[in-house]
Amino acid sequence: MDDSAVSAERVRSGDIRATARLISMIEREEPSRLAVLKALHAYGGGAHVVGITGPPGAGKSTLTDKLVAELRGRGRRVAVLAVDPSSPFTGGAILGDRIRMQRHATDEGVYIRSLATRGHLGGLSRSASEAVRVLDAAGYDDVIIETVGVGQSEVDIVRIADTVVLVSVPGLGDDIQAIKAGVMEIGDVFCVNKADKDGAERVVREIRAMLETAVLNGAATRFSALYTARAALAPASTDPATIESARDSLRDSLRGGAMEQGAFHHIAAQAPGHPNLEIPPVVCTVAETGQGIVELVNEIKTHEAALAATGFLRSRREANLAWELGRGAAERVLSALERDERKETMSELARAVLDKRIDYYDALDTLEKALTRY
Amino acid sequence: MERKIRVLVAKPGLDGHDRGAKVIARSLRDAGMEVIYTGLRQTPEQIVSASVQEDVDVIAMSILSGAHNHLFPRVMELLKDKGVDDVLVVGGGVIPDEDIPGLKAAGIAAVFTPGSATTDIIEFIKNNLKRRE
Ligand SMILES: Nc1nc2c(ncn2[C@@H]2O[C@H](COP(=O)(O)OP(=O)(O)O)[C@@H](O)[C@H]2O)c(=O)[nH]1
Ligand SMILES: [Mg+2]
Repeated sequence: MDDSAVSAERVRSGDIRATARLISMIEREEPSRLAVLKALHAYGGGAHVVGITGPPGAGKSTLTDKLVAELRGRGRRVAVLAVDPSSPFTGGAILGDRIRMQRHATDEGVYIRSLATRGHLGGLSRSASEAVRVLDAAGYDDVIIETVGVGQSEVDIVRIADTVVLVSVPGLGDDIQAIKAGVMEIGDVFCVNKADKDGAERVVREIRAMLETAVLNGAATRFSALYTARAALAPASTDPATIESARDSLRDSLRGGAMEQGAFHHIAAQAPGHPNLEIPPVVCTVAETGQGIVELVNEIKTHEAALAATGFLRSRREANLAWELGRGAAERVLSALERDERKETMSELARAVLDKRIDYYDALDTLEKALTRY
Repeated sequence: MERKIRVLVAKPGLDGHDRGAKVIARSLRDAGMEVIYTGLRQTPEQIVSASVQEDVDVIAMSILSGAHNHLFPRVMELLKDKGVDDVLVVGGGVIPDEDIPGLKAAGIAAVFTPGSATTDIIEFIKNNLKRRE
């Protein structure tokens, strides 16, 4: 099949070869992909985009395999994008996520695609979001993106997914490596996989304690905003005095060091539904046996429902799209600056700064003015 | 952007170890290719579906169990059914010389037996891709 044979109609009609080829064109950043992507723009928007992220070996691919099975059982068509790093030395890659999902290979309601990062800076995020839009327009109900790590990955999963599942496992050392500060707040649903191993409950407790602290400090803005809104939907005890005393005693027990398990919930129960006392769910799973998978899917779907019911789905997507537009615009500006005569302008400005004729900030101002004329 | 060669490496049949396939997978990666590794005991149906979903340029199959005369042509037949005619298919493993002409007639572009150098496989793939930019 030729690239030129790929069309929006073929993708929409469920032609897997056309869909697969379009994703290759996206990966190659083929300009000819744009006409098809534009034609597909009218469709889609209904897919639930789920990011699965966590350290290598945590069981993300095994979990994804089980999630696919469970979602298929619920009658949903599922697409998976599995991202693995390219070798920085050879540019090659071994993409092995699929091994764990091959039983779905011949299921027509499942599409699985492995993507290599190809050493792009930010480029894969664009490719991945374009691929998600294609799969959405092709009629998949759920699109799952598996990415390695957080902060180690070229895919900014938070910018693409509606729901982010952060996977951790026991035995990674004293602190929860996957859930370090700044990373934790991207999780909408927390999964402690390999619960068959020693130490799983401790990981759950540590995650909960971190989430509770973060929520109390108002640090975890991404999820606390949602949980605030979600809690507002539920009938809540809103007596300010109750809530304040609950928060105070909670703060005290946190300050006092190790908090007894369940203390948070005990205190939270005094002010049911109070937004600042809501934390995201933490689910234990054994991906290899399927234990906990139904619960995990339930939490993922509850999150989706909460997003939709509170209007957060739209505002999250809007924020992500605005971010993506900014990225896209910056890329265009950069490539415009790299074209011949503008490159010369930059060289001239650089010389002027080196010779101390103007300073760096004058040079930037000049450049910005010049840009608005293009 | 530079055209990446995508290869599906698969082990059809029932034999239970994939050391050889993994060696090939690593050599292909080191030659700059993207290798989608699908693991052991793949049916021809799984191999062909995965190759379509992954939009690969090459399918490389390795087999030790002796079922090559059945499984390799079956893969070619399924590809044909799906209208796929632009994927290069190569085979390897323990395959007697007298079986090779039949496999080639079925559409397997090359057969690499245990003595083959991985550099030969890489060269063959690079020189015989059915898709060009
Ligand atoms: N003990 C145990 N091992 C698991 C579990 N889930 C996955 N594994 C194993 O962990 C290894 C890595 O799994 P994989 O899904 O490839 O992890 P990924 O790198 O995060 O995608 C494999 O050997 C799996 O069989 C689990 O719940 N318990
Ligand atoms: Mg994986």
